Amino acid sequence: MNTPVATANKFAAYICSGCGLGDKLKIAGLEKVAKTEGKMAVIKNHPFLCNAEGVKMIQDDIANEGVTHVCIAACSRRAKAEAFTFPTVAVSRANLREGVIWVVAEGAGHDEVRQEMAEDYVRMSCAEVKKMTLPGGNKKESASKKILVVGGGMSGMTAAQAAVDAGYEVVLVEKTGQLGGFANQMWKRMPFNAPYAEAQPTGAAELAAALSANPKVKVYLNSTVTETAGAPGRFAVKIAAESGSISEELCGAIVQASGFTTYPIEKLPELGGGQPNVVDQAGLEALAKAANGGPIKRADGREVKSVVFVQCAGQRDDSGTHLPYCSGHCCGTSIKQATYFKDQNPAIDAVVIYDDLRVPGMGEDFYRSAQNKGVIFTKGKASKVTGGDGCNVTFKDLILDEENTIPADLVVLATGQVPNAGVDLDEWTATATAAESGDEAAKTRKSALQKISVLNLNYRQGPDMPQLKYGFADSHFICFPYETRRTGIYAAGPMRRPMDMHQAQEDATGAALKAIQAAENAAQGRAAHPRAWDLSFPKARLEGCTQCKRCTVECPFGAIDEDEKRFPLFNEERCRRCGTCMGACPVRVISFENYSCDTVGMQVKAVNVPEEDEEKPRILILACENDAYPALDMAGMQRLVYSAFVRVIPVRCLGSVNTVWITDALGSGYDGVMMMGCQKGENYQCHFVKGSEMAYYRLSKIGDTLKGMGLEPERMQTYEIAITDGARVARLIDEYVAQLDELGPSPMKGFG
Amino acid sequence: MSEALGQANSQAIARYKNNFLKEVEERVEDGQWVKMCMQCGVCAGSCPFGPHWEHSPQKIFMMIRAGKREEVLTSDSMWMCTSCYNCVVRCPRKLPITHIMHGLANYAHRLGLVAKGQPTRDIAVLFWKNIIKGGRLNELTFSLSMYFRDGFGQGVKNAMAMQGIGLALVKTKRLNPMEILGGHMCKDKSGIQRMLAKAAEIEDKRRGMA
Repeated sequence: MNTPVATANKFAAYICSGCGLGDKLKIAGLEKVAKTEGKMAVIKNHPFLCNAEGVKMIQDDIANEGVTHVCIAACSRRAKAEAFTFPTVAVSRANLREGVIWVVAEGAGHDEVRQEMAEDYVRMSCAEVKKMTLPGGNKKESASKKILVVGGGMSGMTAAQAAVDAGYEVVLVEKTGQLGGFANQMWKRMPFNAPYAEAQPTGAAELAAALSANPKVKVYLNSTVTETAGAPGRFAVKIAAESGSISEELCGAIVQASGFTTYPIEKLPELGGGQPNVVDQAGLEALAKAANGGPIKRADGREVKSVVFVQCAGQRDDSGTHLPYCSGHCCGTSIKQATYFKDQNPAIDAVVIYDDLRVPGMGEDFYRSAQNKGVIFTKGKASKVTGGDGCNVTFKDLILDEENTIPADLVVLATGQVPNAGVDLDEWTATATAAESGDEAAKTRKSALQKISVLNLNYRQGPDMPQLKYGFADSHFICFPYETRRTGIYAAGPMRRPMDMHQAQEDATGAALKAIQAAENAAQGRAAHPRAWDLSFPKARLEGCTQCKRCTVECPFGAIDEDEKRFPLFNEERCRRCGTCMGACPVRVISFENYSCDTVGMQVKAVNVPEEDEEKPRILILACENDAYPALDMAGMQRLVYSAFVRVIPVRCLGSVNTVWITDALGSGYDGVMMMGCQKGENYQCHFVKGSEMAYYRLSKIGDTLKGMGLEPERMQTYEIAITDGARVARLIDEYVAQLDELGPSPMKGFG
Repeated sequence: MSEALGQANSQAIARYKNNFLKEVEERVEDGQWVKMCMQCGVCAGSCPFGPHWEHSPQKIFMMIRAGKREEVLTSDSMWMCTSCYNCVVRCPRKLPITHIMHGLANYAHRLGLVAKGQPTRDIAVLFWKNIIKGGRLNELTFSLSMYFRDGFGQGVKNAMAMQGIGLALVKTKRLNPMEILGGHMCKDKSGIQRMLAKAAEIEDKRRGMA
């Protein structure tokens, strides 16, 4: 295809009459709107626009007629995306199928409102495309595609191996003198292949040897990362060896696999922590390693004839003293360790006292195998352990509902995993602020924190990625586990959530692939997940900027730094194109080439708002393109009927909604605004993590503005919509229309 | 408890010391399954007799693992099982729970640990004695032995209470009064008795109870 050199903008509208559009709508009417109101230079219709012939018609116009902006009035932007991809022009889509004919009630009685709805969408799409420009992208020929892996344990080594296997160079940084991490302390690991019945060798030494011998892997032992600057494709990383020498590496993306530490057994004196012959699982691994397949002996040299495992020791504790969470691996680990004894000598008594035995994955087979070998599993809660020559475990039997005591030669406490995810950013911010104002103690603490930090990012948001909960590193927990709020930096292994070795290896492989994807996208000047195809990036008109810092603070991804003059400095490779900065900006100077205050604002204005006496309310819906908009499409696909008085505009994230759109809409006579975004809070599903939360926060303050305009606060409503909410969303619309009907028409009508 | 039975019990105690689970595994039919219970409680929830007996199968299995020998073997639970097989169908670990319950009942009976007058046990014993006599059940003598198990006076009362049903059965030729003379038996009744004796011998040997 020839790419024309666009000397002037030429706007074209293509209206499809297929899929029943031609039967339900007056296409001539739509063409008239595109011509007289949309001011489109070229207007064509086609009975099957997405077929080869229809697409070719558009392509020919682009190639031969100099069309630079295309408005396609057909189906949802989520449908036929491949057919309607024209990389050389700006494209807008009017959703006449899922958004109009599939959701407006059948019958001639609804012909008028159906046609009005379709005409509005054509008006909106024409208005939008006129404000769009084709994203130019920002290809970086010099971008690095090297993958930095921080942490040389099982997760880090697996990530490194996965990246190398995929053909990428790897830099592997390990703070100790040896690769292998916690796996080096282990005798065996839980089974990870069929029939999942016997503990297996860890394989850590073999993996470490393979990596060390691989010329594409550069291993830094006894080293830490002292500074990470830049962005995906151009991370400049300083690696300091123990000796003090500093190496520099340019990397494309980072996998952080900084692992965990075990919860200190000394904190559990009630369960015998610190007493002789009471060990944690790591301690038992050491004893098993020393036994090397022979009889396992205690520290005093006596052979163990009976052993009791106490599960959830210092875990799942709601009193606030110990770990509140379940570490996930410990049931499987205790099963494994009990079989160390049974495999060596079946006559040894091995009892596991558990509350809920949790064996994810294929662990159930391993559990059965241990039961078969004679390990006794007792559902109970241990209250007291006494160590010494003959240990005793007192517990409440939860099945028989009675107190019981079992004697044992050795007691093993299943303590949990404590993440090693670096610095807590909240503490960092507080400390850094205090240090800046001259507090000496804060200065000392700050340099201590810098030592704890894993990545030492030089971002204004702090030296590590944010922590989600209980000190575990950031992760889009529900939908995209490896994604973090630091673009191009992926969390893997038990620093992200507690897990066993098999899960950590799966995690590491996933994170490595995400890192590769991020490096590749950065090289092509494209966004990372979830808008991985997107070539646009935010631009700020700095002459209008008031340096309020809202964009830098609210950006969920730490993409915006401040330059020396305190203006926002966009690191576009870090940007995920959510537009939260655009929504935050009070002076509206931030925009994308294809998404801006104008592209949406003009759509809001393009809608034909009927006069009060027509009794046709207008409701604006700003729907998140990730979940809410698909849910609306889904309502259409299921032919669920909802009110024809709504006009839907997809937004990248509710976080990108600038309040000016709402005040403009309500000020020009719309009767109400529905905001539809993803679930926020602890179990957030927002694809941009904090976008929807930010939007709810901002919109909670809009009530006063509305009051100032003489409007009821009910005229703006927010909703959390999941992608599966097709039926619910249709119901919510009708309920809101009914509510507005009671409220009466907007007093602003006629002033717009 | 007779002396011989008491001896069998104390021998078992001596042999297995505190390891009742091992005892069950070796001596109770399908006892090797007990260790595979994962304490989910589906059996307890599925049992139609659930509220009416002392210990659910889940508890029985837990008690076996906890070494509660006497409590298990003197429990009434295994005698209350009606063999509906609901638990067996639902057990996610596929334990033959009904069989284990019957196995426990049988073992407790063998050791003489069952309470005197336990009705299920009494019926079972009468049934067994009746059927091995001639290789098939004599319904008339079985019913009569049931009526009279609590003494002659009670037996007459029971028989009088049931006479209407008895006569109706005779009238419709479902019951032959002449069976009282011994009734018809299978062709080789001593062969059957020898076979059963041999089976008992093999089983006892396998269980270490010879």
